[in-house]
Amino acid sequence: MKYYDKLIFELSKEGRCGYSLPVNKFPKAPEVPLELGRKAALLLPEVSEPDVVRHYTNLSQMNFGVDTGFYPLGSCTMKYNPKINEEMAALQGFAGLHPLMHAGLTKGALKVYQEMNKALAAITGMYTFTLDPCAGAHGELTGLMIMRTYHMQRGDFKRTKVIVPDSAHGTNPASAAVCGLEVVEVKSLENGRIDVEALKPLLSDEIAGIMMTNPNTLGLFETEIRTIADLVHKAGGLLYYDGANMNPMMGVVRPGDMGFDIMHLNLHKTFSTPHGGGGPGSGPVGVAKHLEDCIPDLRVSGFHGNFGVILRAYAYILALGKDHIRKVGQYSVLSANYIKECLKDKYKLPIEGVCKHEFVFDGLINDGAHDDVPGATTLDVAKRLLDYGFHAPTIYFPLLFHQALMIEPTETESKETIDAFIDVMRKIADEAAANPMLLHDAPHNTPISRPDETTAARNPILKYQDTL
Amino acid sequence: MSKIIEGLKYSESHEWVKVEGNVAVVGVSDFAQKEMGDITYVDLPDVDDEVEAGEEFGALESVKAASELISPVSGKVVEVNEELEDTPEKVNEDAYASWIIKVEMSDPSQLDALMDAAAYKNHIGE
Repeated sequence: MKYYDKLIFELSKEGRCGYSLPVNKFPKAPEVPLELGRKAALLLPEVSEPDVVRHYTNLSQMNFGVDTGFYPLGSCTMKYNPKINEEMAALQGFAGLHPLMHAGLTKGALKVYQEMNKALAAITGMYTFTLDPCAGAHGELTGLMIMRTYHMQRGDFKRTKVIVPDSAHGTNPASAAVCGLEVVEVKSLENGRIDVEALKPLLSDEIAGIMMTNPNTLGLFETEIRTIADLVHKAGGLLYYDGANMNPMMGVVRPGDMGFDIMHLNLHKTFSTPHGGGGPGSGPVGVAKHLEDCIPDLRVSGFHGNFGVILRAYAYILALGKDHIRKVGQYSVLSANYIKECLKDKYKLPIEGVCKHEFVFDGLINDGAHDDVPGATTLDVAKRLLDYGFHAPTIYFPLLFHQALMIEPTETESKETIDAFIDVMRKIADEAAANPMLLHDAPHNTPISRPDETTAARNPILKYQDTL
Repeated sequence: MSKIIEGLKYSESHEWVKVEGNVAVVGVSDFAQKEMGDITYVDLPDVDDEVEAGEEFGALESVKAASELISPVSGKVVEVNEELEDTPEKVNEDAYASWIIKVEMSDPSQLDALMDAAAYKNHIGE
Protein backbone atom coordinates (compact mmCIF):
# COMPACT_ATOMS: atom_id res chain seq x y z
CA MET A 1 0.00 0.00 0.00
CA LYS A 2 1.40 3.36 -1.02
CA TYR A 3 1.52 5.94 1.74
CA TYR A 4 -0.28 9.15 0.87
CA ASP A 5 -1.34 11.69 3.47
CA LYS A 6 -1.89 14.98 1.62
CA LEU A 7 -4.96 17.12 2.07
CA ILE A 8 -6.39 18.62 -1.08
CA PHE A 9 -5.84 22.05 0.50
CA GLU A 10 -2.13 21.41 0.72
CA LEU A 11 -2.00 21.06 -3.09
CA SER A 12 -3.68 24.42 -3.57
CA LYS A 13 -1.78 27.15 -5.46
CA GLU A 14 -3.29 30.61 -5.68
CA GLY A 15 -4.78 31.31 -9.12
CA ARG A 16 -4.50 27.73 -10.36
CA CYS A 17 -7.64 26.56 -12.04
CA GLY A 18 -8.91 23.21 -13.31
CA TYR A 19 -12.08 24.27 -15.07
CA SER A 20 -13.42 26.85 -17.51
CA LEU A 21 -17.02 27.95 -17.31
CA PRO A 22 -18.87 29.55 -20.24
CA VAL A 23 -19.89 33.19 -19.91
CA ASN A 24 -23.10 33.50 -17.90
CA LYS A 25 -25.79 34.65 -20.35
CA PHE A 26 -28.50 34.82 -17.74
CA PRO A 27 -29.44 37.83 -15.67
CA LYS A 28 -27.81 38.06 -12.29
CA ALA A 29 -29.60 36.24 -9.51
CA PRO A 30 -31.43 38.44 -7.00
CA GLU A 31 -29.22 39.81 -4.26
CA VAL A 32 -28.83 37.52 -1.28
CA PRO A 33 -30.00 39.35 1.85
CA LEU A 34 -26.97 40.79 3.60
CA GLU A 35 -27.44 38.84 6.81
CA LEU A 36 -27.42 35.57 4.86
CA GLY A 37 -24.37 36.37 2.76
CA ARG A 38 -20.99 34.79 3.41
CA LYS A 39 -18.68 37.13 5.30
CA ALA A 40 -15.34 35.66 4.28
CA ALA A 41 -14.32 34.19 0.96
CA LEU A 42 -15.12 30.51 0.55
CA LEU A 43 -12.04 28.44 1.27
CA LEU A 44 -11.79 26.25 -1.83
CA PRO A 45 -8.64 24.53 -3.00
CA GLU A 46 -7.22 25.87 -6.26
CA VAL A 47 -5.91 22.86 -8.13
CA SER A 48 -5.48 21.53 -11.66
CA GLU A 49 -7.45 18.59 -13.02
CA PRO A 50 -4.52 16.10 -12.87
CA ASP A 51 -3.86 17.21 -9.26
CA VAL A 52 -7.46 16.39 -8.36
CA VAL A 53 -7.45 13.06 -10.19
CA ARG A 54 -4.14 11.95 -8.67
CA HIS A 55 -5.11 13.12 -5.22
CA TYR A 56 -8.32 11.12 -5.04
CA THR A 57 -6.90 8.12 -6.87
CA ASN A 58 -4.04 7.98 -4.36
CA LEU A 59 -6.47 8.26 -1.47
CA SER A 60 -8.66 5.53 -2.92
CA GLN A 61 -5.66 3.21 -3.09
CA MET A 62 -5.40 3.39 0.68
CA ASN A 63 -8.87 1.92 1.02
CA PHE A 64 -9.47 -1.63 2.06
CA GLY A 65 -12.66 -3.11 0.72
CA VAL A 66 -14.21 -6.40 -0.21
CA ASP A 67 -12.90 -5.84 -3.76
CA THR A 68 -9.32 -5.71 -2.44
CA GLY A 69 -9.29 -8.45 0.18
CA PHE A 70 -10.96 -10.74 2.68
CA TYR A 71 -13.31 -8.97 5.07
CA PRO A 72 -14.40 -11.41 7.83
CA LEU A 73 -16.49 -8.97 9.87
CA GLY A 74 -18.93 -10.72 12.19
CA SER A 75 -22.47 -9.52 12.86
CA CYS A 76 -22.53 -7.45 9.68
CA THR A 77 -22.54 -9.61 6.58
CA MET A 78 -19.86 -7.97 4.43
CA LYS A 79 -20.18 -10.08 1.36
CA TYR A 80 -18.83 -9.62 -2.10
CA ASN A 81 -20.94 -7.33 -4.30
CA PRO A 82 -21.36 -9.14 -7.65
CA LYS A 83 -20.70 -6.92 -10.65
CA ILE A 84 -23.84 -8.12 -12.42
CA ASN A 85 -25.80 -6.06 -9.85
CA GLU A 86 -23.96 -2.94 -10.97
CA GLU A 87 -24.48 -3.78 -14.63
CA MET A 88 -28.23 -4.05 -14.13
CA ALA A 89 -28.37 -0.83 -12.12
CA ALA A 90 -26.47 0.94 -14.90
CA LEU A 91 -29.05 0.03 -17.58
CA GLN A 92 -30.20 3.33 -19.01
CA GLY A 93 -33.87 2.65 -18.29
CA PHE A 94 -33.08 2.36 -14.58
CA ALA A 95 -30.13 4.72 -14.24
CA GLY A 96 -32.01 7.51 -16.00
CA LEU A 97 -35.10 7.32 -13.78
CA HIS A 98 -36.12 10.41 -11.87
CA PRO A 99 -38.29 10.15 -8.77
CA LEU A 100 -40.69 12.79 -10.08
CA MET A 101 -41.09 11.19 -13.50
CA HIS A 102 -44.61 10.55 -14.78
CA ALA A 103 -45.92 7.20 -13.48
CA GLY A 104 -46.43 5.98 -17.04
CA LEU A 105 -42.68 6.12 -17.61
CA THR A 106 -41.71 4.20 -14.46
CA LYS A 107 -43.51 0.93 -15.09
CA GLY A 108 -40.25 -1.02 -15.28
CA ALA A 109 -39.27 0.19 -11.82
CA LEU A 110 -42.73 -0.56 -10.42
CA LYS A 111 -42.48 -4.05 -11.84
CA VAL A 112 -39.15 -4.51 -10.04
CA TYR A 113 -40.85 -3.49 -6.77
CA GLN A 114 -43.65 -5.99 -7.31
CA GLU A 115 -41.38 -8.86 -8.30
CA MET A 116 -38.99 -8.08 -5.45
CA ASN A 117 -41.89 -8.13 -3.00
CA LYS A 118 -42.86 -11.59 -4.24
CA ALA A 119 -39.26 -12.88 -4.16
CA LEU A 120 -38.68 -11.70 -0.59
CA ALA A 121 -42.01 -13.17 0.52
CA ALA A 122 -41.02 -16.51 -1.01
CA ILE A 123 -37.58 -16.49 0.63
CA THR A 124 -38.86 -15.52 4.08
CA GLY A 125 -42.32 -17.05 4.28
CA MET A 126 -43.88 -13.65 4.95
CA TYR A 127 -47.09 -12.57 3.23
CA THR A 128 -46.07 -9.17 1.90
CA PHE A 129 -43.36 -6.51 2.25
CA THR A 130 -42.95 -2.78 2.24
CA LEU A 131 -39.67 -1.98 0.50
CA ASP A 132 -39.55 1.60 1.75
CA PRO A 133 -37.34 1.52 4.87
CA CYS A 134 -33.85 2.77 4.08
CA ALA A 135 -31.80 0.60 6.47
CA GLY A 136 -32.05 -2.05 9.17
CA ALA A 137 -32.84 0.27 12.07
CA HIS A 138 -35.42 2.10 9.95
CA GLY A 139 -36.97 -1.30 9.22
CA GLU A 140 -36.99 -2.20 12.92
CA LEU A 141 -38.79 1.01 13.81
CA THR A 142 -41.31 0.49 11.01
CA GLY A 143 -41.83 -3.12 12.13
CA LEU A 144 -42.37 -2.15 15.76
CA MET A 145 -44.83 0.54 14.72
CA ILE A 146 -46.71 -2.19 12.83
CA MET A 147 -46.65 -4.25 16.04
CA ARG A 148 -48.11 -1.35 18.05
CA THR A 149 -50.70 -0.66 15.38
CA TYR A 150 -51.79 -4.30 15.44
CA HIS A 151 -52.45 -4.20 19.19
CA MET A 152 -54.11 -0.79 19.10
CA GLN A 153 -56.41 -1.77 16.25
CA ARG A 154 -57.65 -4.52 18.51
CA GLY A 155 -58.23 -2.04 21.31
CA ASP A 156 -55.41 -3.63 23.29
CA PHE A 157 -53.65 -0.58 24.73
CA LYS A 158 -51.87 -2.26 27.62
CA ARG A 159 -49.11 -3.81 25.52
CA THR A 160 -46.24 -1.39 25.97
CA LYS A 161 -43.33 -3.73 26.65
CA VAL A 162 -41.09 -5.60 24.26
CA ILE A 163 -38.77 -8.46 25.20
CA VAL A 164 -35.21 -8.36 23.88
CA PRO A 165 -32.58 -11.05 24.57
CA ASP A 166 -29.32 -9.97 26.21
CA SER A 167 -27.47 -11.15 23.09
CA ALA A 168 -29.40 -8.80 20.78
CA HIS A 169 -27.95 -6.20 18.45
CA GLY A 170 -27.91 -2.80 20.14
CA THR A 171 -30.35 -1.45 17.59
CA ASN A 172 -33.17 -3.67 18.94
CA PRO A 173 -33.61 -1.96 22.33
CA ALA A 174 -32.87 1.39 20.69
CA SER A 175 -35.64 0.95 18.09
CA ALA A 176 -38.07 -0.21 20.78
CA ALA A 177 -37.31 2.84 22.90
CA VAL A 178 -37.76 5.19 19.94
CA CYS A 179 -41.11 3.49 19.28
CA GLY A 180 -42.16 4.30 22.86
CA LEU A 181 -41.95 0.70 24.06
CA GLU A 182 -40.32 -0.38 27.28
CA VAL A 183 -37.54 -2.94 26.90
CA VAL A 184 -37.50 -6.06 29.06
CA GLU A 185 -34.35 -8.16 28.84
CA VAL A 186 -34.37 -11.95 28.75
CA LYS A 187 -31.19 -13.79 29.67
CA SER A 188 -29.31 -16.40 27.66
CA LEU A 189 -28.38 -19.87 28.84
CA GLU A 190 -24.81 -21.12 29.11
CA ASN A 191 -25.21 -22.59 25.62
CA GLY A 192 -25.91 -19.12 24.21
CA ARG A 193 -29.61 -19.67 23.52
CA ILE A 194 -32.59 -17.86 25.05
CA ASP A 195 -33.56 -19.23 28.46
CA VAL A 196 -37.15 -20.37 27.89
CA GLU A 197 -37.73 -20.73 31.64
CA ALA A 198 -36.57 -17.12 32.16
CA LEU A 199 -38.88 -16.01 29.36
CA LYS A 200 -42.07 -17.53 30.79
CA PRO A 201 -42.50 -15.22 33.79
CA LEU A 202 -41.94 -12.17 31.55
CA LEU A 203 -44.94 -12.96 29.38
CA SER A 204 -48.08 -11.05 30.32
CA ASP A 205 -50.85 -8.96 28.80
CA GLU A 206 -48.43 -6.01 28.81
CA ILE A 207 -46.05 -7.64 26.32
CA ALA A 208 -46.37 -6.35 22.75
CA GLY A 209 -43.90 -8.89 21.46
CA ILE A 210 -40.35 -10.21 21.38
CA MET A 211 -37.49 -9.19 19.08
CA MET A 212 -35.18 -11.99 18.04
CA THR A 213 -32.35 -12.62 15.68
CA ASN A 214 -32.06 -16.20 14.52
CA PRO A 215 -29.34 -17.36 14.38
CA ASN A 216 -28.53 -15.03 17.24
CA THR A 217 -25.56 -12.73 17.61
CA LEU A 218 -23.35 -15.62 18.64
CA GLY A 219 -24.14 -17.32 15.33
CA LEU A 220 -26.20 -19.98 17.12
CA PHE A 221 -29.56 -21.21 15.96
CA GLU A 222 -32.29 -20.69 18.55
CA THR A 223 -33.31 -24.32 18.73
CA GLU A 224 -36.31 -23.58 20.97
CA ILE A 225 -37.80 -21.13 18.51
CA ARG A 226 -41.07 -23.02 18.03
CA THR A 227 -41.63 -23.27 21.79
CA ILE A 228 -40.82 -19.57 22.16
CA ALA A 229 -43.20 -18.68 19.31
CA ASP A 230 -46.02 -20.69 20.88
CA LEU A 231 -45.47 -19.13 24.31
CA VAL A 232 -45.36 -15.57 22.98
CA HIS A 233 -48.40 -16.06 20.75
CA LYS A 234 -50.38 -17.64 23.58
CA ALA A 235 -49.61 -14.57 25.70
CA GLY A 236 -51.01 -12.40 22.90
CA GLY A 237 -47.63 -11.05 21.75
CA LEU A 238 -46.02 -10.96 18.32
CA LEU A 239 -42.60 -12.18 17.17
CA TYR A 240 -40.27 -9.78 15.42
CA TYR A 241 -37.39 -11.20 13.34
CA ASP A 242 -34.29 -9.06 13.00
CA GLY A 243 -33.01 -10.06 9.56
CA ALA A 244 -29.40 -9.13 10.30
CA ASN A 245 -28.44 -12.80 10.38
CA MET A 246 -30.62 -14.05 7.53
CA ASN A 247 -27.61 -15.13 5.47
CA PRO A 248 -27.28 -18.75 6.72
CA MET A 249 -31.06 -19.22 6.62
CA MET A 250 -31.41 -18.36 2.93
CA GLY A 251 -33.19 -21.09 1.07
CA VAL A 252 -32.94 -23.39 4.09
CA VAL A 253 -35.32 -22.08 6.79
CA ARG A 254 -37.95 -19.34 6.61
CA PRO A 255 -38.74 -16.95 9.49
CA GLY A 256 -42.42 -17.21 8.56
CA ASP A 257 -42.30 -20.96 9.18
CA MET A 258 -40.55 -20.44 12.52
CA GLY A 259 -43.55 -18.42 13.69
CA PHE A 260 -42.37 -14.86 13.17
CA ASP A 261 -45.08 -12.27 12.43
CA ILE A 262 -42.99 -9.27 11.41
CA MET A 263 -39.44 -9.01 10.12
CA HIS A 264 -36.99 -6.84 8.29
CA LEU A 265 -34.23 -7.79 5.90
CA ASN A 266 -31.00 -5.96 5.26
CA LEU A 267 -30.61 -5.98 1.50
CA HIS A 268 -27.15 -4.44 2.00
CA LYS A 269 -26.09 -7.47 4.05
CA THR A 270 -27.83 -10.64 2.93
CA PHE A 271 -28.56 -9.56 -0.62
CA SER A 272 -25.06 -8.37 -1.56
CA THR A 273 -25.51 -4.66 -2.16
CA PRO A 274 -22.61 -2.41 -1.11
CA HIS A 275 -22.51 -2.12 2.66
CA GLY A 276 -20.92 0.14 5.23
CA GLY A 277 -19.11 3.11 3.79
CA GLY A 278 -19.81 1.65 0.36
CA GLY A 279 -23.43 2.56 -0.14
CA PRO A 280 -26.87 3.28 1.19
CA GLY A 281 -28.86 0.52 2.87
CA SER A 282 -32.30 -0.93 2.46
CA GLY A 283 -34.42 -2.59 5.16
CA PRO A 284 -37.68 -3.97 3.71
CA VAL A 285 -40.27 -5.00 6.30
CA GLY A 286 -42.41 -8.10 5.84
CA VAL A 287 -45.53 -9.18 7.70
CA ALA A 288 -47.54 -12.36 8.03
CA LYS A 289 -51.04 -12.54 6.50
CA HIS A 290 -52.89 -11.56 9.70
CA LEU A 291 -50.95 -8.27 9.83
CA GLU A 292 -51.66 -7.30 6.25
CA ASP A 293 -53.88 -4.41 7.33
CA CYS A 294 -51.19 -2.97 9.59
CA ILE A 295 -48.52 -2.52 6.93
CA PRO A 296 -48.21 1.16 6.06
CA ASP A 297 -50.01 2.06 2.87
CA LEU A 298 -48.38 5.45 2.99
CA ARG A 299 -44.73 5.92 2.31
CA VAL A 300 -42.41 5.58 5.28
CA SER A 301 -39.59 7.19 3.35
CA GLY A 302 -39.24 9.52 0.40
CA PHE A 303 -39.80 7.97 -3.02
CA HIS A 304 -40.24 4.37 -1.86
CA GLY A 305 -36.84 3.82 -0.37
CA ASN A 306 -33.49 3.35 -2.02
CA PHE A 307 -34.55 2.03 -5.39
CA GLY A 308 -31.00 1.47 -6.63
CA VAL A 309 -30.32 -0.86 -3.68
CA ILE A 310 -33.56 -2.77 -4.17
CA LEU A 311 -32.73 -3.17 -7.85
CA ARG A 312 -29.24 -4.54 -7.15
CA ALA A 313 -30.64 -6.99 -4.60
CA TYR A 314 -33.27 -8.10 -7.10
CA ALA A 315 -30.53 -8.72 -9.67
CA TYR A 316 -28.70 -10.81 -7.04
CA ILE A 317 -31.77 -12.94 -6.36
CA LEU A 318 -32.40 -13.51 -10.07
CA ALA A 319 -28.75 -14.30 -10.77
CA LEU A 320 -28.76 -17.02 -8.09
CA GLY A 321 -32.23 -18.39 -8.66
CA LYS A 322 -34.13 -20.68 -6.34
CA ASP A 323 -31.62 -23.54 -6.37
CA HIS A 324 -28.48 -21.51 -5.72
CA ILE A 325 -29.93 -19.27 -3.02
CA ARG A 326 -29.90 -22.32 -0.80
CA LYS A 327 -26.14 -22.66 -1.36
CA VAL A 328 -25.62 -19.16 0.08
CA GLY A 329 -26.91 -20.44 3.40
CA GLN A 330 -25.08 -23.74 3.22
CA TYR A 331 -21.67 -22.43 2.12
CA SER A 332 -21.65 -19.55 4.59
CA VAL A 333 -22.28 -22.06 7.40
CA LEU A 334 -19.63 -24.44 6.08
CA SER A 335 -16.99 -21.69 5.80
CA ALA A 336 -17.64 -20.46 9.36
CA ASN A 337 -17.53 -23.91 10.89
CA TYR A 338 -14.35 -24.79 8.99
CA ILE A 339 -12.53 -21.70 10.34
CA LYS A 340 -13.87 -22.30 13.85
CA GLU A 341 -12.67 -25.88 13.95
CA CYS A 342 -9.26 -25.01 12.48
CA LEU A 343 -8.61 -22.32 15.08
CA LYS A 344 -10.20 -23.51 18.29
CA ASP A 345 -6.97 -25.00 19.64
CA LYS A 346 -5.44 -21.49 19.56
CA TYR A 347 -8.42 -19.29 20.43
CA LYS A 348 -10.94 -19.78 23.24
CA LEU A 349 -14.23 -21.08 21.92
CA PRO A 350 -16.77 -20.34 24.66
CA ILE A 351 -19.60 -22.38 23.14
CA GLU A 352 -18.86 -25.65 21.39
CA GLY A 353 -20.98 -27.08 18.61
CA VAL A 354 -22.10 -26.24 15.11
CA CYS A 355 -22.46 -22.53 14.43
CA LYS A 356 -24.27 -20.89 11.59
CA HIS A 357 -22.63 -18.19 9.40
CA GLU A 358 -20.56 -16.67 12.22
CA PHE A 359 -19.03 -17.51 15.58
CA VAL A 360 -17.33 -15.83 18.51
CA PHE A 361 -13.96 -16.55 20.09
CA ASP A 362 -13.18 -15.16 23.52
CA GLY A 363 -9.56 -14.16 22.94
CA LEU A 364 -6.36 -16.20 22.77
CA ILE A 365 -5.80 -19.41 24.71
CA ASN A 366 -2.17 -18.42 25.31
CA ASP A 367 -1.87 -14.63 25.32
CA GLY A 368 1.84 -14.73 26.17
CA ALA A 369 1.54 -12.76 29.42
CA HIS A 370 4.71 -13.06 31.51
CA ASP A 371 6.44 -11.06 34.24
CA ASP A 372 5.54 -7.42 33.59
CA VAL A 373 4.49 -7.94 29.97
CA PRO A 374 0.70 -7.99 29.61
CA GLY A 375 -0.82 -10.62 27.36
CA ALA A 376 -1.99 -9.94 23.83
CA THR A 377 -5.65 -8.94 23.68
CA THR A 378 -8.26 -9.33 21.00
CA LEU A 379 -7.51 -5.76 19.92
CA ASP A 380 -3.85 -6.71 19.44
CA VAL A 381 -4.80 -9.74 17.33
CA ALA A 382 -7.05 -7.57 15.19
CA LYS A 383 -4.28 -4.99 14.68
CA ARG A 384 -1.76 -7.69 13.79
CA LEU A 385 -4.12 -9.11 11.15
CA LEU A 386 -3.80 -5.81 9.28
CA ASP A 387 -0.08 -6.47 8.89
CA TYR A 388 -0.95 -9.63 6.99
CA GLY A 389 -3.38 -7.90 4.64
CA PHE A 390 -6.67 -9.04 6.13
CA HIS A 391 -9.42 -6.82 7.40
CA ALA A 392 -9.93 -7.33 11.13
CA PRO A 393 -13.09 -9.12 12.30
CA THR A 394 -15.56 -7.51 14.68
CA ILE A 395 -14.04 -7.17 18.14
CA TYR A 396 -15.51 -6.67 21.62
CA PHE A 397 -19.00 -7.48 20.38
CA PRO A 398 -21.19 -9.17 21.48
CA LEU A 399 -20.72 -7.95 25.03
CA LEU A 400 -21.40 -11.39 26.50
CA PHE A 401 -17.68 -12.19 26.27
CA HIS A 402 -14.79 -10.11 27.47
CA GLN A 403 -12.41 -10.61 24.55
CA ALA A 404 -14.99 -11.24 21.83
CA LEU A 405 -13.62 -11.78 18.33
CA MET A 406 -16.43 -12.39 15.90
CA ILE A 407 -15.76 -13.96 12.53
CA GLU A 408 -18.07 -14.25 9.53
CA PRO A 409 -16.38 -15.42 6.33
CA THR A 410 -19.52 -15.47 4.08
CA GLU A 411 -20.09 -17.94 1.25
CA THR A 412 -18.08 -16.38 -1.54
CA GLU A 413 -14.51 -16.96 -0.33
CA SER A 414 -12.48 -19.75 -1.91
CA LYS A 415 -10.91 -22.46 0.21
CA GLU A 416 -7.49 -20.96 -0.60
CA THR A 417 -8.48 -17.58 0.83
CA ILE A 418 -9.98 -19.13 3.92
CA ASP A 419 -6.91 -21.34 4.44
CA ALA A 420 -4.64 -18.30 4.10
CA PHE A 421 -6.68 -16.54 6.79
CA ILE A 422 -6.50 -19.58 9.08
CA ASP A 423 -2.71 -19.81 8.61
CA VAL A 424 -2.29 -16.16 9.54
CA MET A 425 -4.57 -16.45 12.59
CA ARG A 426 -2.55 -19.44 13.80
CA LYS A 427 0.71 -17.61 13.17
CA ILE A 428 -0.55 -14.60 15.16
CA ALA A 429 -1.51 -16.87 18.05
CA ASP A 430 2.02 -18.32 18.04
CA GLU A 431 3.56 -14.85 17.87
CA ALA A 432 1.44 -13.79 20.86
CA ALA A 433 2.60 -16.77 22.89
CA ALA A 434 6.27 -16.10 22.06
CA ASN A 435 6.36 -12.31 22.06
CA PRO A 436 3.18 -10.39 22.92
CA MET A 437 5.04 -7.07 22.46
CA LEU A 438 5.07 -7.72 18.71
CA LEU A 439 1.27 -7.64 18.83
CA HIS A 440 1.03 -4.71 21.24
CA ASP A 441 2.94 -2.59 18.72
CA ALA A 442 1.08 -3.85 15.63
CA PRO A 443 0.30 -2.96 12.93
CA HIS A 444 3.85 -2.48 11.67
CA ASN A 445 3.29 -2.51 7.89
CA THR A 446 0.32 -0.18 7.40
CA PRO A 447 0.62 3.51 6.41
CA ILE A 448 -0.18 4.52 9.98
CA SER A 449 -0.02 2.35 13.07
CA ARG A 450 -2.43 2.96 15.95
CA PRO A 451 -4.24 6.27 15.78
CA ASP A 452 -4.76 8.07 19.09
CA GLU A 453 -8.44 7.26 19.47
CA THR A 454 -8.71 8.85 22.89
CA THR A 455 -7.45 12.27 21.83
CA ALA A 456 -9.52 12.02 18.65
CA ALA A 457 -12.65 11.44 20.73
CA ARG A 458 -11.86 14.00 23.42
CA ASN A 459 -10.60 16.78 21.15
CA PRO A 460 -11.82 16.07 17.64
CA ILE A 461 -10.62 18.27 14.77
CA LEU A 462 -13.65 18.28 12.53
CA LYS A 463 -12.66 20.60 9.68
CA TYR A 464 -9.59 21.78 7.89
CA GLN A 465 -9.90 25.31 9.27
CA ASP A 466 -9.45 23.96 12.80
CA THR A 467 -5.91 23.00 11.90
CA LEU A 468 -4.98 26.45 10.61
CA MET B 1 -5.95 -5.12 41.09
CA SER B 2 -8.57 -2.39 41.34
CA LYS B 3 -8.69 0.08 44.17
CA ILE B 4 -11.61 -0.31 46.58
CA ILE B 5 -12.14 2.18 49.39
CA GLU B 6 -13.37 1.10 52.82
CA GLY B 7 -16.39 2.96 54.14
CA LEU B 8 -18.05 3.48 50.75
CA LYS B 9 -21.13 1.60 49.55
CA TYR B 10 -21.06 -0.14 46.16
CA SER B 11 -23.72 -1.20 43.65
CA GLU B 12 -23.67 -4.27 41.41
CA SER B 13 -23.39 -1.96 38.40
CA HIS B 14 -20.13 -0.55 39.84
CA GLU B 15 -21.23 2.82 41.21
CA TRP B 16 -19.90 3.91 44.61
CA VAL B 17 -21.82 5.96 47.18
CA LYS B 18 -20.42 8.14 49.91
CA VAL B 19 -23.04 9.16 52.47
CA GLU B 20 -22.90 12.75 53.70
CA GLY B 21 -25.91 13.21 55.96
CA ASN B 22 -28.97 12.95 53.76
CA VAL B 23 -26.94 13.33 50.59
CA ALA B 24 -25.47 10.46 48.56
CA VAL B 25 -22.34 11.32 46.58
CA VAL B 26 -22.21 8.97 43.57
CA GLY B 27 -19.34 7.98 41.30
CA VAL B 28 -18.05 4.88 39.51
CA SER B 29 -15.52 2.43 40.91
CA ASP B 30 -11.91 2.09 39.90
CA PHE B 31 -12.81 -1.33 38.48
CA ALA B 32 -15.46 0.29 36.26
CA GLN B 33 -13.10 2.95 34.90
CA LYS B 34 -10.49 0.30 34.12
CA GLU B 35 -13.06 -1.82 32.30
CA MET B 36 -14.25 1.17 30.29
CA GLY B 37 -10.79 2.27 29.16
CA ASP B 38 -10.12 5.92 28.27
CA ILE B 39 -13.32 7.79 29.08
CA THR B 40 -14.12 10.40 26.48
CA TYR B 41 -17.48 11.76 27.60
CA VAL B 42 -19.61 11.93 30.72
CA ASP B 43 -23.33 12.46 30.12
CA LEU B 44 -24.65 14.22 33.24
CA PRO B 45 -28.22 14.81 34.42
CA ASP B 46 -29.46 18.29 35.36
CA VAL B 47 -29.67 19.62 38.89
CA ASP B 48 -33.20 19.07 40.27
CA ASP B 49 -33.73 15.96 38.12
CA GLU B 50 -35.39 13.11 40.00
CA VAL B 51 -33.47 9.82 39.94
CA GLU B 52 -34.73 6.33 40.81
CA ALA B 53 -32.71 3.57 42.41
CA GLY B 54 -31.82 1.03 39.71
CA GLU B 55 -32.61 3.46 36.88
CA GLU B 56 -30.26 5.19 34.47
CA PHE B 57 -29.21 8.76 35.36
CA GLY B 58 -26.48 9.35 32.77
CA ALA B 59 -23.81 7.60 30.77
CA LEU B 60 -20.07 7.18 30.34
CA GLU B 61 -18.53 6.90 26.94
CA SER B 62 -15.08 5.55 26.20
CA VAL B 63 -13.22 4.63 23.03
CA LYS B 64 -14.37 1.06 23.68
CA ALA B 65 -18.01 1.39 24.71
CA ALA B 66 -20.85 3.47 26.09
CA SER B 67 -22.16 2.47 29.49
CA GLU B 68 -25.22 3.59 31.43
CA LEU B 69 -24.83 5.09 34.86
CA ILE B 70 -27.31 3.52 37.26
CA SER B 71 -28.43 5.41 40.34
CA PRO B 72 -27.91 3.42 43.55
CA VAL B 73 -30.52 5.52 45.40
CA SER B 74 -33.72 7.47 44.69
CA GLY B 75 -33.98 11.19 45.20
CA LYS B 76 -33.29 14.61 43.73
CA VAL B 77 -30.03 15.61 42.07
CA VAL B 78 -28.66 18.55 44.06
CA GLU B 79 -25.29 18.91 42.37
CA VAL B 80 -23.49 17.53 39.30
CA ASN B 81 -19.73 17.50 38.73
CA GLU B 82 -19.62 19.85 35.74
CA GLU B 83 -15.85 19.64 35.64
CA LEU B 84 -16.21 16.20 34.04
CA GLU B 85 -17.86 17.69 30.97
CA ASP B 86 -14.56 19.16 29.81
CA THR B 87 -12.22 16.74 31.54
CA PRO B 88 -13.77 13.26 31.43
CA GLU B 89 -10.26 11.79 31.87
CA LYS B 90 -10.46 12.71 35.58
CA VAL B 91 -12.62 9.61 36.07
CA ASN B 92 -9.71 7.50 34.78
CA GLU B 93 -7.18 9.42 36.87
CA ASP B 94 -9.02 8.97 40.17
CA ALA B 95 -12.43 7.34 40.10
CA TYR B 96 -13.07 8.03 43.78
CA ALA B 97 -12.11 11.72 43.70
CA SER B 98 -14.25 12.23 40.59
CA TRP B 99 -17.76 12.12 41.98
CA ILE B 100 -20.46 12.43 39.32
CA ILE B 101 -23.68 13.50 41.08
CA LYS B 102 -24.94 14.31 44.55
CA VAL B 103 -28.42 13.05 45.37
CA GLU B 104 -30.70 14.16 48.20
CA MET B 105 -32.05 10.77 49.21
CA SER B 106 -35.79 10.20 49.49
CA ASP B 107 -35.31 6.77 51.05
CA PRO B 108 -31.94 6.30 52.81
CA SER B 109 -32.90 2.71 53.68
CA GLN B 110 -32.04 1.87 50.04
CA LEU B 111 -28.40 2.10 51.14
CA ASP B 112 -28.86 -1.19 52.98
CA ALA B 113 -29.22 -3.00 49.66
CA LEU B 114 -25.72 -1.88 48.58
CA MET B 115 -22.46 -3.74 49.17
CA ASP B 116 -19.65 -2.80 51.52
CA ALA B 117 -16.03 -2.85 50.36
CA ALA B 118 -15.49 -6.53 51.20
CA ALA B 119 -18.66 -7.66 49.43
CA TYR B 120 -17.82 -5.54 46.39
CA LYS B 121 -14.30 -6.97 46.24
CA ASN B 122 -15.93 -10.37 46.14
CA HIS B 123 -18.41 -9.17 43.49
CA ILE B 124 -15.68 -8.18 41.04
CA GLY B 125 -13.76 -11.35 41.81
CA GLU B 126 -10.46 -9.74 42.81
